[in-house]
Amino acid sequence: MSVPINVTVGVVQFPGTNCDLDTLDALAELGAGTALLRSDETSLSGVDAVVIPGGFAHGDYLRTGAIARFSPIMDAVASFAGAGGPVVGICNGFQVLTEAGLLPGALRPNAGLAFRCQPQRLIMASVSHVLGHGLSPSDELSIPINHFEGNYVCDSGTLQRLRENGQVVMRYVANPNGSVDDIAGICNGAGNVVGLMPHPERATTELLGSADGRKLLEALLYAAASTRQVVGHHAA
Amino acid sequence: MNRWDVLVEVSPRAEIADPAGTTIERALAALGFAGVSGVRVGKAIRMEVTAADMSEARSVTEQMCDRLLANPVIEDARIELRAVAQDHSP
Repeated sequence: MSVPINVTVGVVQFPGTNCDLDTLDALAELGAGTALLRSDETSLSGVDAVVIPGGFAHGDYLRTGAIARFSPIMDAVASFAGAGGPVVGICNGFQVLTEAGLLPGALRPNAGLAFRCQPQRLIMASVSHVLGHGLSPSDELSIPINHFEGNYVCDSGTLQRLRENGQVVMRYVANPNGSVDDIAGICNGAGNVVGLMPHPERATTELLGSADGRKLLEALLYAAASTRQVVGHHAA
Repeated sequence: MNRWDVLVEVSPRAEIADPAGTTIERALAALGFAGVSGVRVGKAIRMEVTAADMSEARSVTEQMCDRLLANPVIEDARIELRAVAQDHSP
């Protein structure tokens, strides 16, 4: 697909975030404008999409994402998400989005207390979200995971809603962490907020073992370009 | 105003899998401690809270649990309060 021009993606940096620069590089490589957004800022500076990258925000003290969600930038992220802006949380970013209440459920320590750092086969379950453009349900991707707390849990009513509304974004082929229903990523009801444990920014060229992550990041740029036309320039 | 020793015990809710608890339970069995079940691992958070009375101390601690100390999706919080012993030495 052609890369949308003039799209700027903001990448949030908390104290303890460590995938911010990889994510910025991966997006810039695809032709996007990028902006590093510090967590103590109160404005998103007019970006067209937001990525909350991986790492250990605020040391993950208390619970993963528990402190980060109270950062000043998160009010702006919530307003942006509420207006339909694309927001993607990767790994620790997924944990932050659940703590912030922008996505349902929570992430618990992996089954067997195993830290998992490995290439991971994934099946797309839904494409009605900001990482879906250009992909089809049942497409298989290989993208690395790198986490200790990726064991997604939610109550049975929430799980039923996620399934019925097409909010399960992707599933593991072989579940590495004990997550309910093999869930690797979910989205909100509107599909503009996505959280996933795999790291697409680490799979952007065959040199790294897989370029499948590009498909998701390109879909995000497409979503950023198309929602900008609908939502308009964000004041947040 | 009075001071209260507060203990907040945060533990995974009953229906939530607890990998740490499961691992410890298996380790205890491996060490020969038979008959151990229901091992759950949580956190203990101790603090001192100044409040007019015990019910205010409890209520403010409950707010802390709701907003930060526990995630109600996966955790329960139990609160214990004890008045800080007054120092009557001269």
